[in-house]
Amino acid sequence: MANWKTPEDLKYAKSDEWFRVEGDVVTIGISDYAQDQLSDIVYVELPDVGATLSAGGSVGVVESVKAASDVYTVVGGEVIEVNSQLEKEPESVNSDPFGKGWFIKLRVKDLSPLNGLMNAAAYIEYCSSR
Amino acid sequence: MENSTPQPLEKTSYELSQPGRQGIRLPDPDVPLTDIPADLCRTDLDFPEMGELDVVRHFIKLSQFNYSIDKGFYPLGSCTMKYNPKINEDMARLPGYAHVHPLQSQGTTQGALALMYRLQEWLCEISGFDAVSIQPAAGAHGEFAGILMIRKYHIDRGDVKRTKILVPDSAHGTNPATTSMAGLQAIELPSDKNGDVDLDVLRKACEQHKEELAGMMITVPSTLGVFEEHIVEIIKIVHEAGGLMYMDGANMNALLGVAKPGELGFDVMHYNLHKTFSTPHGGGGPGSGPVVCNEKLAPFRPGPVVEIIEEPQDEDDAPLYGWVMPDKSIGRLKAFHGNFGMHVRAYAYISAYGSDLPKVTHYAVLNANYIRARLKGTYLMPFDRMCGHELVIEGHWPDKAPGVHALDISKRLMDYNFHPPTNYFPLIVPEALLIEPTETESKEVLDSFIEAMLKIAEEAQNNPDLLHSAPHITPVKRVDEVKAAKDLVLCCRPTHIESAEAQ
Amino acid sequence: MSYIPHTDADREAMLKAIGVDSIEALFDAVPEKHRFPVLDLPDPMTEMEIAAEMEALSRFNVSASDYAIFLGAGAYHHYIPSLVNHMLLRGEFYTAYTPYQPEVSQGTLQAIFEFQTMISRLTGMDAANASHYDGATALAEAVTVAMAAHRDKRQKVIFSPTIHPHYREVARTYHQNRAVKFSGDRSGTATMVDLADMIDDNTAMIAVQYPNFLGQIEDYTEIIKAARAHGTLVCIVTDPVACALLKSPGELGADIVVGEGQGLGIPMSFGGPYLGFFAVKNEHVRRIAGRIVGETVDGDGRRAYVMTLRPREQDIRREKASSNICTNQGLMALAACVHMTAMGKQGMRRVAELCWHKAHYAAQEIGKLKGFSVDTTRPFFKEFVVTCPKPVSEINDELIYHFGIIGGYDLGKDFPTRENQMLLCVTEMNSKDEIDMLVAGLRAIAAGELHDGDHHHHH
Repeated sequence: MANWKTPEDLKYAKSDEWFRVEGDVVTIGISDYAQDQLSDIVYVELPDVGATLSAGGSVGVVESVKAASDVYTVVGGEVIEVNSQLEKEPESVNSDPFGKGWFIKLRVKDLSPLNGLMNAAAYIEYCSSR
Repeated sequence: MENSTPQPLEKTSYELSQPGRQGIRLPDPDVPLTDIPADLCRTDLDFPEMGELDVVRHFIKLSQFNYSIDKGFYPLGSCTMKYNPKINEDMARLPGYAHVHPLQSQGTTQGALALMYRLQEWLCEISGFDAVSIQPAAGAHGEFAGILMIRKYHIDRGDVKRTKILVPDSAHGTNPATTSMAGLQAIELPSDKNGDVDLDVLRKACEQHKEELAGMMITVPSTLGVFEEHIVEIIKIVHEAGGLMYMDGANMNALLGVAKPGELGFDVMHYNLHKTFSTPHGGGGPGSGPVVCNEKLAPFRPGPVVEIIEEPQDEDDAPLYGWVMPDKSIGRLKAFHGNFGMHVRAYAYISAYGSDLPKVTHYAVLNANYIRARLKGTYLMPFDRMCGHELVIEGHWPDKAPGVHALDISKRLMDYNFHPPTNYFPLIVPEALLIEPTETESKEVLDSFIEAMLKIAEEAQNNPDLLHSAPHITPVKRVDEVKAAKDLVLCCRPTHIESAEAQ
Repeated sequence: MSYIPHTDADREAMLKAIGVDSIEALFDAVPEKHRFPVLDLPDPMTEMEIAAEMEALSRFNVSASDYAIFLGAGAYHHYIPSLVNHMLLRGEFYTAYTPYQPEVSQGTLQAIFEFQTMISRLTGMDAANASHYDGATALAEAVTVAMAAHRDKRQKVIFSPTIHPHYREVARTYHQNRAVKFSGDRSGTATMVDLADMIDDNTAMIAVQYPNFLGQIEDYTEIIKAARAHGTLVCIVTDPVACALLKSPGELGADIVVGEGQGLGIPMSFGGPYLGFFAVKNEHVRRIAGRIVGETVDGDGRRAYVMTLRPREQDIRREKASSNICTNQGLMALAACVHMTAMGKQGMRRVAELCWHKAHYAAQEIGKLKGFSVDTTRPFFKEFVVTCPKPVSEINDELIYHFGIIGGYDLGKDFPTRENQMLLCVTEMNSKDEIDMLVAGLRAIAAGELHDGDHHHHH
């Protein structure tokens, strides 16, 4: 079994996104487990800055050679920043999924859907069971 | 620095180009010239310039890098890579077929219309359906037609809420993709442990979506190569919920004269002429995907289709054929009338077998089961029962040869001069290898393939590196797909950059 | 048994290995009631018999190898160099499958890569895919790309009325259950300025044809300007033969270029198989449906080619794929590739120039005839509109009967305002003699000089 990183300060969704909360800003990316499953990531499609995403809606698409996967957000809000570096260096999602590999930052009014997410321990268990 | 430039197997035409060379010469104008305004014209066209012999050698060289049916066994599951008879090519190239314009009048195209009409009739007879349109250009195109027809049928009856299509998880990717493309929603149904549709799951799904069920798409025999034992029951359940039944006809090579989908109760189906009726795959097309259906759906067919406009006065006379648009047609799916060149080839092929057509299926199924019987015990088989025209095996031995994958077996087969089977499909079988031998392969060919497969199974345990590093004898080794996707290079570099660099 | 090699001994040995007594026993899973239905098909035929029958049937068609043809309207009689067919008949090409296994498909892959390159250069775009079914379906897929480029937030697509009627029809068939609203072509008379005025912030795409269905070269300046102002994509449907001479669609400002590649070495074959091409600017590359070949390296660092951007396709993306397309028109793309390589830079231009000169000569001569008039309000390439003194179908019947000429396309069928108008097409294949014969024929037909017994040709 691979040893996936799962930083303690993040929340995890069953569809393998992580969420970092700083005030009313939520940063979203995909987990170490997810990047490992996808293997070499070659492209990330992101929304436009200023777009409004709804809770449960799509953030974008992440593509490897063998698969393409949708990325979702459990919280709705306005996109205030996207990681445009991913256009040139999509591989940073593989090498640093929680750092340089982040996808977008959302300004969120209602943070409550985050309460339904897993913490690091629960997420490790969830990944190991798959 | 030169070592850093990847060496090609064969230079591109752009690299072979020399300014001033010309392949084909054209005559001088024999009419008075008319001025061509310069402001309408382009100033340059970056195109290769090669002599005729160099062009020929270039493409012959490229052809030699390919594997093909003419070269050897091609057991690619779900693709039906059977022999493509040479006479069919000659027929399609007859001037009376090849050089006819699609918009010529009815009176000047009766031969082509008669051929299409007869082919339409045969396709109905073989499938047990009432009506057909041979306009779709490929299987996926025929599928698209079928789903649009189902949707329009419901709309026509005022049943506008029906937008959901059930698709088993073993289906070809085209099925869910077609559903979305037609503006409907696919609902995936998990298979049972035998790879069949789980009847309880189906009943529940039909109950849950009763008001919104448009229909179901299913492949027979299934993509796992087995005949769905409960097919008649499945059709009944979906019909009772108000849905229509779509059959993916990709595997018709297993059904010729064995069962007629129309008689089983299906409402609509597509054929792949390039699979079942041997029109060549051409390195990825062109195909042809006629859609056949029952009376209920006939008015919705894409068109126009060929019909008899005037019955003959005399028994010896030919009828008058012409174009007719079905009255509630989903519309036109393609400019003109479909891939006529493929219709000609399929016509020649069906003519050769005629009433012997069931033998195609008999021997295709015999060949597949023979391979199954001989690989059993060495390879894992997810379903231990008689197969149709193809069989699925698992390309791994988790205990005996950990680290060996289906892909490694496929690549190693190339070293034995065989084309690999289909990899990783169907998705619901781990490390799937889908093997379809077709009826045109002799016992000797099958035996040598089986020997290679058994040998590879040994190598997997004794010398797995041989598999990991395969293929060894092909024109290129395994290619870097990540680089291809990341550093997209989709065109030859412009020639003026090449020459500037050369200076 | 035609193409089945088994001997009786083979069959018995194989059945024994399987452990069944008969071939019939292999089909026990099929419900008995429906098992082994009768197929009412003719008796099997030998190769000799097939050839004789099909050859005889083919003679009921009038073909361009025996008759002079002035019919175009989206399918063209162009010269096909002899070597094209010889290359297509290589079994290594035509009996290969889609190149999923790059190690044993470098021939097909490199040929597609060269095809993509030449289509990109002709159209003035950055990239092209490995092809679509035909020009009409390529236009339908362009609509999908434009919708996706605007993330499905725009609903309007404007079609010029001078796009091939079949193409506009096919696009509507494709999108009948989707939230796309097509406009622009209903009245059939909208001008380029009218179309430019229709572009708004809800317009995903505007499509025009160049040269248009009537053969004319229109001015797109206003359209491109309006499209830029509203972020609308411009799709140009084009004839690749014309592109060898005329400014490329890319130079005119297109974002997407599609069209029919049949004129590049593919016979008319009563409407198919043809070759849809699809080319785009870089920013849309990842949205193209269908196959694309890219360059890469193999394990030894050699140059190699492989199908790329695969995850967008139906077999991986399933219900999320933008299209269900699996095949391209592989062999037709190869035909075009061989054709364009053999013609080369000079030959491609030469063919286009011959079309131009011959079409203009024909138009000038027909324009002199009493009762006929030629629309010369805009520059044209190889097709032009002739207004006739009587119904086009009658003229065509007389042309074929008395002169052995396949006449032009009856525009009244698609455009109610164009009754008695004929779309004539002249290519490099029409000699001056043929054109003079056409002119003489039209003159005689208009004058009512012909009688049932008169035949002026020797077919």
